[in-house]
Amino acid sequence: MISRVNFKIAKTHLLAKKKQTLVAMLGVTFGIGMYILMISFMSGFNEYLSDAMLSATPDVHLYNDIKTDYSHSILSDVYDTSKYLSVVHHPKPKDIQPNIKNPLAIVNSLKSDERVLAVSPQLTTQIFYNSGPVQINGSLQGVNIIEDAKLTSLRTKIKTGKIESLLTTSNGILMGHGLSKKLNVKVGDAVNLATPKGNSMRFRVVGTFQFGVGSIDNIRSYVNLASVQQLMGKNSQFITDINIKLKNNAQSAAMAKELKNRYHYVSEDWKTANASAMVGITVRDVMTIVVSFTLLVVAGFGIYNIMNMTIQNKLKDIAILKAQGFSAQDVRQIFLLQSITIGVLGALFGMVLGYIMSYGVYSLPFPSNEMISITRFPVTFHWYHYVFGLVFGIITTFFAGFFPSIKAGKIDPVEILRG
Amino acid sequence: MNEILSVRNLNKHFTEPEDFHVLKNINFSIQKGEFVSVVGKSGCGKSTLLYLLSTLDTNYTGEIFIGGEKVSGMKHKALAAFRNEHIGFVFQFHFLLPEFSALENVMIPAQKAGKFPLSEIKDRAYEKLKLLDMHEHAHKLSSRLSGGQAQRVAIARALINEPSIIMGDEPTGNLDSANTQTVFQILKDLSSSGKQTIITVTHDSEFAANCDRIIEMKDGEIIGDEKMR
Ligand SMILES: Nc1ncnc2c1ncn2[C@@H]1O[C@H](COP(=O)(O)OP(=O)(O)O)[C@@H](O)[C@H]1O
Ligand SMILES: [Mg+2]
Repeated sequence: MISRVNFKIAKTHLLAKKKQTLVAMLGVTFGIGMYILMISFMSGFNEYLSDAMLSATPDVHLYNDIKTDYSHSILSDVYDTSKYLSVVHHPKPKDIQPNIKNPLAIVNSLKSDERVLAVSPQLTTQIFYNSGPVQINGSLQGVNIIEDAKLTSLRTKIKTGKIESLLTTSNGILMGHGLSKKLNVKVGDAVNLATPKGNSMRFRVVGTFQFGVGSIDNIRSYVNLASVQQLMGKNSQFITDINIKLKNNAQSAAMAKELKNRYHYVSEDWKTANASAMVGITVRDVMTIVVSFTLLVVAGFGIYNIMNMTIQNKLKDIAILKAQGFSAQDVRQIFLLQSITIGVLGALFGMVLGYIMSYGVYSLPFPSNEMISITRFPVTFHWYHYVFGLVFGIITTFFAGFFPSIKAGKIDPVEILRG
Repeated sequence: MNEILSVRNLNKHFTEPEDFHVLKNINFSIQKGEFVSVVGKSGCGKSTLLYLLSTLDTNYTGEIFIGGEKVSGMKHKALAAFRNEHIGFVFQFHFLLPEFSALENVMIPAQKAGKFPLSEIKDRAYEKLKLLDMHEHAHKLSSRLSGGQAQRVAIARALINEPSIIMGDEPTGNLDSANTQTVFQILKDLSSSGKQTIITVTHDSEFAANCDRIIEMKDGEIIGDEKMR
């Protein structure tokens, strides 16, 4: 469809002004290269974070929240409110138990649900880890570790010791790596745990784990369910949380809603539980798109300018081509081909540049950090980022060349040939 | 009688900066193989008329027929193809594409026509250059040629598609007398072979006097039409 002579003229124009062509191309190269670097780095970071967060978060989390609804008072049960005006100043919550009633029935019913892969009932409490005179605040999860490990990627996150040792050691504790470092304890060491109510008990460290996010590794420990129940002086039916893993975690939100309606407890899906992390992910995605788009638009304007300049310099050539039988469409093609060539080559080099820069960043050591435990910058190498960069670069240059080309097609040769 | 070009009631106005009736009711016809000069004072409308005949300017009233075909009212794209096939141009300035060699400049209109394979186009272009005694400069970049050489390449380019009409707007206007003589002779030979019709605008009275026919214009009207032989 595009005649060969148009190709030849476009090629000759590009080669005649090598420097200008190169500058226009480098604009695209830089734009695409930066886009690939940013998206690779940002998505690497996002993937790392969501993997770390989600690997430690159940699909659905069912628990009993402390009620803070003070709008009703039992005063009306005692006094006749039609005779007296009774007011309670500054009410406080009563000492309600945050446990789930009849947990066994719920667990059994969940286990028979075919959407559910695993269920882990647990008793979670705030705890003080005592290390000499220092107390460190943290959380303790009493679990059946074998069941619970099916819900998270705990098994792959074990740093020292073994999960199974928790079952074979009386009062064993599996501790977050960051926490164990703060307490300066290793596998085999004893640690004293105290509840906010003052009960305390000694545990022996059987292992440490590291999910890679400080908000877990620095505060959480796992012990056997019975041990926490004993520590808190509760019976074996005392459960505060039920964590659920689904066969398909896309159903989490729907499942959470259903469970909430059925049991009237708080029921959270993983997206809601990690809302702040999800916002971070969205913000990084938006930032990447905005910055890359800006870079490409700037490159596009560069091409637009250069094409306009080229056409200004080629008025005579355009006029004579038209006089010799080239149509407006031919002239448009000649100039559009030039900008598309610049775009395609620029974008291809941009892909290479992007890969090199991404690889460079990937090779850098990540500054050591309390919150995140990685040694290198997280960078992804997804082919679709590269394809998207290429396509986007070509589309941008197409539009940058489109309007000058239309203008070139409209040039009236008579004005120019008259001299 | 073998009419190649005819014009009926041609009128043209320029509207900028004010209305100006530049061509007034022009009528004439030209036979195949004629070598016609259009003369007249500067500003009388010679170039304007030529651009109408060449189909580049379509903003007029009246009718133009070329080779029996009515070109008035044809679409732009069809006109481009028509020019490519039937009309060859030579201007006062050569308008060669500076990035291309002499040979490539001659080849381009034929490549646009796409009637022959590239190798044959190359041979034909070389033949045309030889006709104008420019074959030794075939591979020189056109921007490196002298004025006279460039104008001869431009004529070779006008001939490449074997057009029925060659139009020239003061084709010798920028040339010295020796080069003018050469160019005139080339055009003369082309017309006397009978295949090509030539219409040129010229200022040069000696050039005009040696043509077959002189059309004289004044203030947008034809005031004289004289056959020399
Ligand atoms: N684009 C234009 N707009 C207005 N007037 C024009 C334009 N082009 C040419 N003219 C005027 O038309 C007249 C004829 O011009 P032209 O055909 O170039 O004359 P010439 O016989 O010297 O070739 C001149 O008076 C010129 O000033
Ligand atoms: Mg003129």
